[in-house]
Amino acid sequence: MKRFLFLAPIVAFVAVLVAFFAGLGRDPSTLPSVYLGKPLPAFAAPPLRPGDIGLTNEDLDRGEPVLLNAFASWCGPCRYEHPVFLKLRREGVAIHGLNWKDRPEDGQRWLAERGDPYIRLGSDPTGRTGIELGVAGVPETFVIDKRGRVRYRHVGAVTPEVWDQKIGPLMAKLRAES
Amino acid sequence: MRRILLVAASLALLAGPAAAVNPDEQLADPALEARAHKISKDLRCVVCQNQSIDDSDAALARDLRIILRERITAGDTDEQAVGFIVQRYGSFVQLKPPLRADTIALWFGPLAVLLLGALGAFAYMRARAPQRAAALTADEEAEAARLLKTDGAD
Repeated sequence: MKRFLFLAPIVAFVAVLVAFFAGLGRDPSTLPSVYLGKPLPAFAAPPLRPGDIGLTNEDLDRGEPVLLNAFASWCGPCRYEHPVFLKLRREGVAIHGLNWKDRPEDGQRWLAERGDPYIRLGSDPTGRTGIELGVAGVPETFVIDKRGRVRYRHVGAVTPEVWDQKIGPLMAKLRAES
Repeated sequence: MRRILLVAASLALLAGPAAAVNPDEQLADPALEARAHKISKDLRCVVCQNQSIDDSDAALARDLRIILRERITAGDTDEQAVGFIVQRYGSFVQLKPPLRADTIALWFGPLAVLLLGALGAFAYMRARAPQRAAALTADEEAEAARLLKTDGAD
């Protein structure tokens, strides 16, 4: 036993190396939301679409799992996920939107040019509503369960791959929950 | 071409770490502004994560600096103002992590490694120390005394 004690520092070094190497692959920008497992705080965003009613936290607690997507017309990756949301909406997935740190006229033009996948849609030109929700940038997408609790937050574009591998299966699971 | 590059490089070196706080964000009251400045230096910008919101030029950092100043003007203590941001973005934004159950390894991990190393070094050095000679038996004691006595005659 004692003869192999000299190996202990080497074993410890290798363990640290493995831990650090595993950490290298993790993206520090994708932090879990502080609201994970909890409902989002109360908020009310004014409408972006003329004559609409805007978006409040109560829209996220209607007994069905929903997506809440923060987007902006100036955001590059939002262009990639927009067609995905249009397709999902046609397939019956409930999606709400928050137009974050964007001028309302720019947000309206974005929807007019590219189509509108959102059921409820709030305008947040100052970004204050997004900050209440812990939004650090766009695009960000919250996955909310039947009881209005945040179950996942995706930072970055919801590409077809992200939907197929992560959010789609999660939504199916949330729909099956009682 | 090379000279231009050199000049450009030396000019780039001149760019100091200027604070990103814009004059229009600053509070009129110097005491409140000093507090806001101090707090914001210890809050991480979630956009460019190795900068504080005091240093960062990100739009969100600017928003958070303004919110921080609003809170302080409204009468928040430093802890309440920091708590407002932490509540929304998580403890990750605290550049000086608080001592909690899940941060014990962060705070005392290096100390534990140092102690382990000291323990290892102590054990190693003890094992290498020369063996102390065994005590003499009674016969040997007597022999030694006799020899010393003979030698001590002169």
